Amino acid sequence: MFSLLQQAATTAAETDTHAAPANADAAAAAAGHGADATHAAEAAGAAAHATADAGHAAQSAGMPQLDVSTFGNQIFWLLVTLAVLYWVLSKVALPRIDAIISDRQGAITGDLMQAEEFKKKAKDAEAAYGKALADARTEAGKIIAAQKADIQKELDAAVAKADAEISARAAESETRIAAIRDSATADARSVAREVTAELVRAFGGKADDAAIDAAVDARLKGAA
Amino acid sequence: MATEAEGLSFHPMDQFVVKPLFGDGPISWYTPTNATLWMGLTLLAIVALLVFGTRGRAIIPNRVQSIAEMLYGMIHKMVEDVTGKDGLKYFPFVMTLFCFILFANYLGLLPKSFSTTSQIAVTAVLAVMVFVGVTVLGFVKNGTHFLGLFWVKSAPLALRPVLAVIELISYFVRPVSHSIRLAGNIMAGHAVMKVFAAFGAMLLISPVIGIVVTPLSILGIVGVYALEIMVAIIQAYVFTILTCVYLKDALHPSH
Repeated sequence: MFSLLQQAATTAAETDTHAAPANADAAAAAAGHGADATHAAEAAGAAAHATADAGHAAQSAGMPQLDVSTFGNQIFWLLVTLAVLYWVLSKVALPRIDAIISDRQGAITGDLMQAEEFKKKAKDAEAAYGKALADARTEAGKIIAAQKADIQKELDAAVAKADAEISARAAESETRIAAIRDSATADARSVAREVTAELVRAFGGKADDAAIDAAVDARLKGAA
Repeated sequence: MATEAEGLSFHPMDQFVVKPLFGDGPISWYTPTNATLWMGLTLLAIVALLVFGTRGRAIIPNRVQSIAEMLYGMIHKMVEDVTGKDGLKYFPFVMTLFCFILFANYLGLLPKSFSTTSQIAVTAVLAVMVFVGVTVLGFVKNGTHFLGLFWVKSAPLALRPVLAVIELISYFVRPVSHSIRLAGNIMAGHAVMKVFAAFGAMLLISPVIGIVVTPLSILGIVGVYALEIMVAIIQAYVFTILTCVYLKDALHPSH
């Protein structure tokens, strides 16, 4: 470090490019300072200023990063910055981002669960619908069968009744036809008797009722 | 390095000078400097992304909120994967480190800006914070069992003391490599860019040489800048994942 300062001082004295106004003094002071190898803090006001100037000069010669006179300043401001930054991050930014991310995670899992629930509900509804449909089918089948049985019974009863009526009517008609036939036969016989009696009388014979009856009956029997 | 060969002026390291923001006085510990300014801008950029970007708290995020959530998810996953569930307690700390380094790296890529992460003082403080924090945590959580980290039980007994010395040295080298890796990477890239930029002015001095050198150096700047964009995130990532690894050693010291 001291050799650097010395080098800086000589460079500053020679080139006069970048050193601050009090150049020669500074260089001289710095050179003396380097030779004495005394500590910077022990130097008096003017000397301290000169060291700082020599430090400035050192920048054109070596690495400004090694200029110890600025370390305190940088460290102080760095610590201030880091403290503020740490406070802001740990109190505001990071909890907020954490909350946002976990909110999102929660929303996603919530949505997924809801979707799952809806899916289950839909499945249940479908099953219920299927069951209702099947129930309705069997119910309808039952109703149809019952209805069919009823109709069949009514039909049977009606058919039986109709049959009975028809046979009754037929029997009645039969008797009536028989009666008509009988009466027709009787009428034909009486007509035939009278006609026979008249014919016999017309031929001048004597109508014998018994004989006429027998003859008519014999004829009718033959015709029947 | 302050040579002015043929009128070309090389000041690749001037960008790393810490200067007071107001006036030209001496720098005491509280003086607002360019370092203060760019640390403040880093802070504001992080707040803009992680706080204002997420103020909508939308279930369906907009672009800015997506980026904030992506950063969160990336570091959260890293901490959980490397250190385990019990390491998540230190997630805000790791996130602070990562965001600060990442944004400082990227803001440092703006022209005329000041790279806070190129300063050894800054990265050393970060690394020492991690080192001290992890060491204290290791002893608080595990007591003397933490020393088992240096006593390799799987090695033959004769080798163990040797290994212990090596492990001990490597343990104490951690903060050094941790801080110099970051500062060195950022500084080197920026300095190389400045050197290329200085060569870029060759056309103004010597048209004959410049006609070749100037386009080449501009191409060089573009190439190095692209590389630096990568380096910016890689170094932030490396710093953070190493922090997680050290944290894991503190929480679970058994090899």
